[in-house]
Amino acid sequence: MTRIIDRRFDSKNKSAVNRQRFMRRFKQQIRRAVNDAIQDRSIRDLDNGEQITIPSKDLSEPQFQHGRGGIWEQVFSGNDQFASGDLINRPPSGGGGGRGQGKASNEGEGEDDFVFHLSREEFLDIFFDDLALPNLVRTQLARITDYKTQRAGFKSDGSPANINIVRSMRGALGRRLALGSPFSARLRELQKELERVIEESGEDCEEALKLKDEIGRLRAKIEAIPFIDSFDLRYNNRIRVPKPTTQAVMFCVMDVSGSMDEEKKATAKRFFMLLYLFLTRTYEHIDVVFIRHHTVAKEVDEEEFFHSRESGGTVVSSALKLMHEVIAERYAHGTWNIYGAQASDGDNWDNDSPICRELLGAQILPWCQYFAYIEITPGEPQNLWREYEKLSGEHKNFAMQRIEEPADIYPVFRELFKKNFV
Amino acid sequence: MKRATSKKVKQLPATSEWTFEAIDAYHTEIARVAANFGLDSYPAQIELITSEQMMDAYASVGMPVNYHHWSFGKHFLSTEKSYRRGQMGLAYEIVINSNPCIAYLMEENTLTMQALVIAHAAYGHNSFFKGNYLFRTWTNADAIIDYLVFARNYIAQCEERHGEEEVELLLDSCHALMNLGVDRYKRPPKLSLAKEKLRQAERTEYLQSQVNELWRTLPVHDAKPGKVSAPRFPPEPEENLLYFVEKHAPLLEPWQREVVRIVRKVAQYFFPQRQTQVMNEGWACFWHYTLINKLYDEGLLADSFMLEFLQSHTNVVYQPSYNDRWYSGINPYALGFAMWQDIKRICEDPTEEDRAWFPDIAGSDWRETFDFAMKNFKDESFVAQYLSPKIMRDFRMFAILDDEHEAKLKVSAIHDETGYRRVREILSDQYNLGSREPNIQVWNVDLRGDRSLTLRHQQYRKRPLGGSIDEVMKHMARLWGFTVRLETQHEDGTVELVQETRLEKRRGQAEN
Repeated sequence: MTRIIDRRFDSKNKSAVNRQRFMRRFKQQIRRAVNDAIQDRSIRDLDNGEQITIPSKDLSEPQFQHGRGGIWEQVFSGNDQFASGDLINRPPSGGGGGRGQGKASNEGEGEDDFVFHLSREEFLDIFFDDLALPNLVRTQLARITDYKTQRAGFKSDGSPANINIVRSMRGALGRRLALGSPFSARLRELQKELERVIEESGEDCEEALKLKDEIGRLRAKIEAIPFIDSFDLRYNNRIRVPKPTTQAVMFCVMDVSGSMDEEKKATAKRFFMLLYLFLTRTYEHIDVVFIRHHTVAKEVDEEEFFHSRESGGTVVSSALKLMHEVIAERYAHGTWNIYGAQASDGDNWDNDSPICRELLGAQILPWCQYFAYIEITPGEPQNLWREYEKLSGEHKNFAMQRIEEPADIYPVFRELFKKNFV
Repeated sequence: MKRATSKKVKQLPATSEWTFEAIDAYHTEIARVAANFGLDSYPAQIELITSEQMMDAYASVGMPVNYHHWSFGKHFLSTEKSYRRGQMGLAYEIVINSNPCIAYLMEENTLTMQALVIAHAAYGHNSFFKGNYLFRTWTNADAIIDYLVFARNYIAQCEERHGEEEVELLLDSCHALMNLGVDRYKRPPKLSLAKEKLRQAERTEYLQSQVNELWRTLPVHDAKPGKVSAPRFPPEPEENLLYFVEKHAPLLEPWQREVVRIVRKVAQYFFPQRQTQVMNEGWACFWHYTLINKLYDEGLLADSFMLEFLQSHTNVVYQPSYNDRWYSGINPYALGFAMWQDIKRICEDPTEEDRAWFPDIAGSDWRETFDFAMKNFKDESFVAQYLSPKIMRDFRMFAILDDEHEAKLKVSAIHDETGYRRVREILSDQYNLGSREPNIQVWNVDLRGDRSLTLRHQQYRKRPLGGSIDEVMKHMARLWGFTVRLETQHEDGTVELVQETRLEKRRGQAEN
């Protein structure tokens, strides 16, 4: 008795549980790898999975084995030069050559790193874990944009289910008429002729028979025109339209003076990433403007924003001025939702801070949907913080937070998320 | 290959896409020819699967069901990665030693490959599983799937009751000792699901209620106070570490003993496979080659089919030379296939040399000789018995002696008159699990003292222990619950302490 069974449609993800277990077990290592990955990512690039690398020694499965040393005697194949009793120099350790199975396999699988792919969901999950996002927000953020289908006229190809019968038949009718019209005109002429001939010389005269014959041939020709042809077919055209159709611009403002070290920048990056992620869920099209500043501000691309080094003093107002200019120039005509995110270590030139407050309060906040400021510093609040504090009472769309680690970022957005999601 | 052109036979389909009808047609013909050759096998169950499912099967060591563990997830991820990147093709087939014998065919294969795989797995491996003494003794094809289902459910139950973490740690420890969790010489009782279930409850209760030998702390009234040495425990060294743990580890809970037992049983099930790779693969290659050629001779196969078949076949049985980039030891497929072909040749067409080397099989009936050889050997003895000088010449075999105390490597023997026996001996030893893996046994338990356990490693040819002794010892200590020591006995008889892993915290105290 033999059976041939088709199992291709059986449960697919048999290993899913094992995969989960693996992820849970090596959470620490994976988290570290994700952190490294975030450093190398663009802040707009959050919708992909990630290639994750873990040192393979961390996840080895130990076994008792023979080690190197002692006496090994092994058989190899393909002798091309040796006679019994020959002495050979040892090949350099680890080198290819004639080192066969025995030795190599006893040394384990080599020191390669273990590389695997995290799916988008897994990646975001770990990213959110660090930021201590509440669950509701998580699910909202991880959601992929909904599309709705909309009718958009007709097209000439598609799936049979979408055939529009009325349109197709109308097309077919038109084609039949167009193709048949020369014949029909001739037919009408001949009909008249025939009537005349019959009247003149009776039913069975030679001329009448000839005409009848021709009429018959014309009728056959008209009938031979296909009733419906494949190019008559019309299909309902349905297109997918993303539901949110508005656009937003996000300003990333960061202090790059000497006191902002790499670690602070990494924290700032997460802050920007989170805001960006939020915006992608709400708006279809997003522009990002990167402004960095020390004593002067400059609009740069993302690469330069995060990675180039600058030093010197700090004049925050320069960045706010620039931001205001950019808004006025490019984003002022009402169709843009403007979001601002500013990260700094709070260290500002003393006389400048009141100017910042004024600028922000009078010229920027009225334009903005939301403006968030984080001060990345473990120490005492700096002068900029104290000035900004005055603003936060007056403006509902302004949030600020002092941050020591990534988990502190979320509260900055609490208002924002509450408004939009709950 | 001569084609029988005299009578017109209807050819089997020769398209590259397979269909169920085509597979059925091929299977019917292959089964017919196999029966003519007298191959005795379990009924075949052929299952078509996708590459994804093939990777799943890989990850759970080829079994259709298995319990959950992160290490399987790891294997899945690494297989998936190298497959996606095209670094590695998946095996064309996986075959499971069960009754009926399940052979997986992958959806992506061409029709030719499917036919090859059917002949290879469903008749080659299948008949080997059924016939070979190791499989007959150590595995029970009728019960394995049932047992794995039982194991999976049992472990899932334990996870619910005691937490995934706890079970995972236990499994980690068991896996570390898996290779030392088999009986090499003692024959195990056959597995049976019904009996297993019945006895499991009994056993757990009994084990726990039974006064454990280690707890037997009733004061011993020494009649003779001058007694020199306390009785040893265990009285004989125990080779099966997991068995010893299951039966004697003082602090394990009943369910933990059961989990240890499950891992032990699974290890035992795979034990014969590790010892018969050359024979088993060679046997399967020989039969797919023979069966398909027979069909071709009958005129059932198209030439295009045959070309594709031969190409795959030669790829599989290719043996690179030692200085080749692709060399990774002797290819078991190549060696096995060559040896079986050679035995057939010796039977049918022996030379003088063969008569001198193999007086008992030269000129005998090859089917009978095959049956005998397949049933009664494992790689080690198979090579020792049947490796002929011709094969050694064909493979141009040579042996290298690598002694760490010598400055240079020495070619100890090559494929010549004086070297044949030596080469054969060395190659045979290479397949001996006993020398491939370190020999570690339970040596002693300090019954009256701190209950520490001593393992003893018998050194083989001065090879030290390598790898992660430290880690494995921690696992052993976790299972045992008290201090564990590892000693090495050198070949001159001296004993050296290699590692001592202390674990003094008792479970009860740890929890308080």
